[in-house]
This record gives sequence, structure tokens and C-alpha cells, in this order.
Amino acid sequence: MSTVKFGIVVFPGSNCDRDVAWVTQGVLGCPTRLIWHLEPDLSGLDVVVLPGGFSYGDYLRCGAIARFAPVMGSLREHVARGGYVLGICNGFQILTEAGLLPGALVRNANLHFICDRVGLRIERQDLLWTGAYPAGSRIILPIAHGEGRYTCDPDTLKQLQDQRQIVFRYDPVAPNGSLDQIAGLCSPSGRVLGLMPHPERAADPELPGQDGIPLWQSILQGLVA
Amino acid sequence: MQFQAQIQIHLRPSVLDPAGVAVQSSLHQLGHTQVQQVRIGKHIQLQLEAPDAETAQKRVGELCNQLLANPVIETYQIQVDPVASQ
Repeated sequence: MSTVKFGIVVFPGSNCDRDVAWVTQGVLGCPTRLIWHLEPDLSGLDVVVLPGGFSYGDYLRCGAIARFAPVMGSLREHVARGGYVLGICNGFQILTEAGLLPGALVRNANLHFICDRVGLRIERQDLLWTGAYPAGSRIILPIAHGEGRYTCDPDTLKQLQDQRQIVFRYDPVAPNGSLDQIAGLCSPSGRVLGLMPHPERAADPELPGQDGIPLWQSILQGLVA
Repeated sequence: MQFQAQIQIHLRPSVLDPAGVAVQSSLHQLGHTQVQQVRIGKHIQLQLEAPDAETAQKRVGELCNQLLANPVIETYQIQVDPVASQ
């Protein structure tokens, strides 16, 4: 593979889609396709990104309506084919609502919408998403969410811990009250990643805050042989 | 037959309801210290056509499981009543 082909799903209410494209196309120079949620064609894509925003106005629950968008059937097929999926913020919420990742994201414990930069610990470097981070990395990424408190039942949490599915933890504290300080987790195969922080907002070499750059570089290193 | 459904959705008892905690705290500050276990949920009402109340109840349950509630974090209660014909 000589390059990585990115697809970015655009739901009504998505607002980080072009930020992701700025990085994948503008910074990385990879072919990038914006995919309207009614468009089920994900063929030829290596990595599909569900971006941040407020899909369908966050009505009912964050991600609850987006999970039934026509593109989501194709996304499941993409996952079944072994394709990679990255859900950022609202994208993470959609992945949990769709059952592609376990648990749920609920109102922040302090009820505030938190727009800040937070410390994160990267728990594993053996994934497509994190290979370029030095071992034991602690990074700072922006967050901007009102419903980012991860929750799940005790059995699910144990499974996440045992199968090493927790990829990012807030460090030293989870500002939203997340269970086990979870900021991001992956599927058992590691091919589906969801996280509340925004790596695309910390990935432009011209701007301060660049701790997201290695995440995007990891993808290139992992897929471009 | 036309039925009216009243659906109550709440966070599971095991899931922290910070809005409920905040309201309870406010009630305590107002002197209502006997108030406990405040939980804030959603109320959804809808009408649907079904041959009988049992079927209507079953269909609304399906709507809840599919979209209206998230069983991972929420529980729901349904009440179904026939709509009086005009």
C-alpha cells in the first residue's frame, strides 16, 4: 500500500469533519473522501473516521439517531472486512450506540460542557493508532464535550481491562468523571478505536499543541508498507 | 385500534445521574432535607395503531429497545391506553 485512503462520514450536525480532512489530506497528503451519511459507499477506504459534532442535534441521546443512518450498515461491513474505524468524540458516542464498542457515554459528572486541554496516558503502543508514540507516553489533547463520562457494567469493565481494550486514560484525573478514567478504547481486534479527545485538533505543525500528530503518523506507518 | 403510549426512561440505578444529584442538593438547600433518591428521566408519548393493547405494548417495547432507550444505561416503563374514538 503506497498511501492510506481516508473516508470521513458527515452527519447532519457533524462539525469536525473538515478538521479531520485538514489533517488527513492537508497535513498527511492522503486521499480523503467526505461521505454524506446517506451515501453507503465505503469501498476502497482503509480508515473510516466518524468525526466530532452533534449528529442529529444530539436528540434523544448522543449518537442514538446517527447509528441508524444508511452509511452505518456499510460501516459494519467495513469492520467485518477488517477495515479500520476511528470515532472521535461524537463519533465515539455513535460507535457505542451502534454496539461497535461496549458501554456508553453519559452526562459529565459535573454537568458542565468541558472545553479544555487534558492530560492523557497512552496505555498501549501496539495498535495501528498508537505505534508512533514513545512507550509510556503522556500527552495533552483538547476535549470539548458535555457527554463524555464513560460508563459500563462491572463485567464489561473487567473484560475491557483483561483484553487490554483501554487505549487512553485521563491522567491524572478524568474531568468528566469517566469510569476507570477511560478516555478511549478499542475493539478486541484493535481495529475500531473510539476516543473523546480530539487528535485532529492537535495535529497541525503550524499550530501549538501537536500531541495528536503521532496518532496520524502511526496510521501511515502501520498501513504504508 | 389507536393506542396512546406513555414511556418513562431513566438511567439505571447503577449509573450516576448528576442532574438528579444537583436537584436533590438544591431541594436540601431549600430545607426539604427529607427528599432522597432524586432521579431525572425522560417522558416520551406517542400514538400507534395496533390490533390490541398487548400487541401495542409489545411494539412499544421494541421501539424502546431499538431506539428510544439505551439498555446499556437506561431502563424504561411503558403504559399503553386505548385512544377514545372521536
